[in-house]
Amino acid sequence: MDRRDAAWYIDKVAQWVVFVGGISAIVFIVGIFVFITKEGLDFVLGPLNLGEFFTSIAWRPTSNNPTYGALALIVGTASVTGFAMLLSVPLSLGAALFIAEFATGKTREVLKVLVEMLAAIPSVVWGFVGMSIMHPLIMRIFDVPLGLGVLNAGLILGLMAAPIMTTIAEDALKAVPDTYREAAEALGATRWEVIFKVVIPASRNGLLAAVLLGVGRGFGETMAVLMASGHAINIPTSPFDSVRALTATIASELGDTVRGGDHWGSLFTLGILLFVVTFVINLTADIVVRGIRKK
Amino acid sequence: MVDGVGLAQPRPSSFGPLYDGPPIIEVRDLGISYGGKPALRDASFDIYRHEIFGIIGPANSGKTSFLRALNRMDDFTTGMEVRGSIHINGKDVNDWRNLYALRSRIGVVLPLPVGLPLSVYDNVAFSPRLRGIRKKAQLDEVVERCLTRAALWDEVKDRLGSLGSLLSGGQQQRLTIARALSQEPELLLLDEFSIAVDPVTTMRIEDVLKDLRSELTIVLVTNLVQQARRLADRTAFFLTGELVEIGATEDLFEGNVKDERTTGYIEGRYG
Amino acid sequence: MFTATALNRRSYRRQSVAKAVFCLMTVALVIPVLLILGTLVVKGAPAISWEFLFTAPTNNMTAGGIFPALVGTIWLVVVALLASVPIGVAAALYLSEYAPDNLLTRAINLAIVNLAGVPSIVHALFGFGAFVLFFRFNASILAASLTLAVMTLPVVIVATRESLQAVPHAFREACWNMGATRWQTIRKVVLPNSISGILTGVILEVSRTSGETAPIMFTGAAMFVPFLPQSVFDQTMALSYHLYNVSTQLTDVPEELTYGVALVLIAIVLLMNAVSIGFRIYLRGLKKW
Repeated sequence: MDRRDAAWYIDKVAQWVVFVGGISAIVFIVGIFVFITKEGLDFVLGPLNLGEFFTSIAWRPTSNNPTYGALALIVGTASVTGFAMLLSVPLSLGAALFIAEFATGKTREVLKVLVEMLAAIPSVVWGFVGMSIMHPLIMRIFDVPLGLGVLNAGLILGLMAAPIMTTIAEDALKAVPDTYREAAEALGATRWEVIFKVVIPASRNGLLAAVLLGVGRGFGETMAVLMASGHAINIPTSPFDSVRALTATIASELGDTVRGGDHWGSLFTLGILLFVVTFVINLTADIVVRGIRKK
Repeated sequence: MVDGVGLAQPRPSSFGPLYDGPPIIEVRDLGISYGGKPALRDASFDIYRHEIFGIIGPANSGKTSFLRALNRMDDFTTGMEVRGSIHINGKDVNDWRNLYALRSRIGVVLPLPVGLPLSVYDNVAFSPRLRGIRKKAQLDEVVERCLTRAALWDEVKDRLGSLGSLLSGGQQQRLTIARALSQEPELLLLDEFSIAVDPVTTMRIEDVLKDLRSELTIVLVTNLVQQARRLADRTAFFLTGELVEIGATEDLFEGNVKDERTTGYIEGRYG
Repeated sequence: MFTATALNRRSYRRQSVAKAVFCLMTVALVIPVLLILGTLVVKGAPAISWEFLFTAPTNNMTAGGIFPALVGTIWLVVVALLASVPIGVAAALYLSEYAPDNLLTRAINLAIVNLAGVPSIVHALFGFGAFVLFFRFNASILAASLTLAVMTLPVVIVATRESLQAVPHAFREACWNMGATRWQTIRKVVLPNSISGILTGVILEVSRTSGETAPIMFTGAAMFVPFLPQSVFDQTMALSYHLYNVSTQLTDVPEELTYGVALVLIAIVLLMNAVSIGFRIYLRGLKKW
């Protein structure tokens, strides 16, 4: 009676197979780190001058006397992401509040579907929109010689990051139990008071996580920024200045490098930087969200 | 009162001929906790072959936890820990290497009816198929027999192909019983089976259970004191994780108790 | 006693204002995107024809169609799915059906979030270092598809896990109580009732995968290949990369043509997305318990 039969063994095998699938995510994320570090290590241990890397704006990997100052690239990424967040954080939180707390029935469904579809638009299409639609539009409206720059890339990136933030923020708002709302309404609070005194404080961490993930998304976006930012190494002084992002630099230069060379290694080093920063952002968002679940 | 062990000792001599032979279930110093919170403490008692063993007590008294420990559902429940020992047919349940073989011999009926989202036929044929029965004729026979025993055959015989999960609550509960019977179990565990079932169906199921006593051993956890009185040969009273009293059902209901709390619960003074 | 006080009226007014403001914010988010989509359709539609879809580019890619890119994208997506769906479903099964609540599980979840959050260009670097160089697949459909597979793995995992968890726990317990093993329970009850949800996730992944550009730029996509791919070891054109090329790398490409490419790409992506969403809504309407 108590013998291990075929079903028992099949179950054990299945358990191992799905376990391997489960840890594959860890294997891949570690693999990503290992492989980009492997290719970038020679550069990091050799020619990399950390002081120059973080303080110089001279990114001249192909000159006879190459310098690898990433400051302009970091500022480029930061300015575009910052501009995008300025636009999309309030809009997406507002949209999330509207969808979660005010919209009902059909309106709600339609809006949710729309937001989901927006999130699906590929980044290369956004880049194309930046070049072909926004670029002439910005030139015409603001009467500037070039429409590719912080403003253009920031607008595009804002529109790209907004659906993601909206979805996550809406989830966070919906996670607040209805009993809280009912209890507050029973005390005579208006919808407005319920939202600002009950719902938002209760979903604070989820909203913060939404913003963090939006920042992560903007920070790591490649094609759209490459195409819409003007791709010029520059510390921007106005929204119409062209800039160059970390991601875009890798995308545009990797094809022209020699494997194992310093230029090659420097691009992988930018990759390590991107990986570490997004990892920290995601980790923070995770900790912030887990914080609520503990309560 | 911490020391209830004296009360928990079985008194086989007083139960007459029904209880000759060794017990089918021997529980010793059983403690169950969820993530460190105790649900049952130091329970020791025996259950005998072919009896209906009732367990009564208010919510959170450890009744359901005991059933879960019997078929080692603790393995599949995060945070559930079991101490002490349970022997079924003289074998410690923790010694089973093939846990699934152990469970296949124990039929379980839970408070909320669960018709699997399969056809009625497949619901009842599920367990026989696990045992390797493939022949259509043989399966047909098992399905009809078990549905008949569970007093459901007449209602579903014309729609064996419809989803078991879409039957009415009472029908689903009888389907669950038919499924448990299709396991040809030695032991049938029922956990507050009548919660989601109308009174008429409840009475029909109770009649079925009385019939089944000649074939198997039934552990009946119930929140209805009178149900235990109608069905159980012996009854145990659990209260907040403590086995307070165990005895012949008749004795308990006639006030022949060791602990006043038992009478208090039976008479509805609390619980 | 039940008349509105000044305070009541004020807070009521404030509520209406809030509602209007939030509604405007939502509209501000949706309208530009609809305008953009409209522009794409208006400017791209004249380019679309059977010939455009089913012939190869000519004249240094300044004329002709997009057929090789279309076929290449299909290759990339199919091979990526073949790799990621089995792994993703297994991972979701582990997380939903087996994983205990421990540190490892938390690490897995964190890894999934990170796989989705790592910039696509970093995935490209990884794919280049791992698949192109280390595993010596060279720049090929295989290398590009595997890179895409790793990148979109979270989409399959998350969608699958969600549809697995939509199957009530009580069904599993009922099966376990009858002595079914975990695997028997999964195969006979859990999977049959979540397979359509998993399919929704797979369609969503098709949508995601077909639009990605950065991960395939260095791992297998080529600017121009005069023939259709014959095996997974060939390089290929891809629609997304083609759009990048005609709009940035080449001059003299007529505007109509680039808009046409963009329109086809976004039509594929949004169509797949709409199918996935529609399917999900349809499934929600089916009651099986």
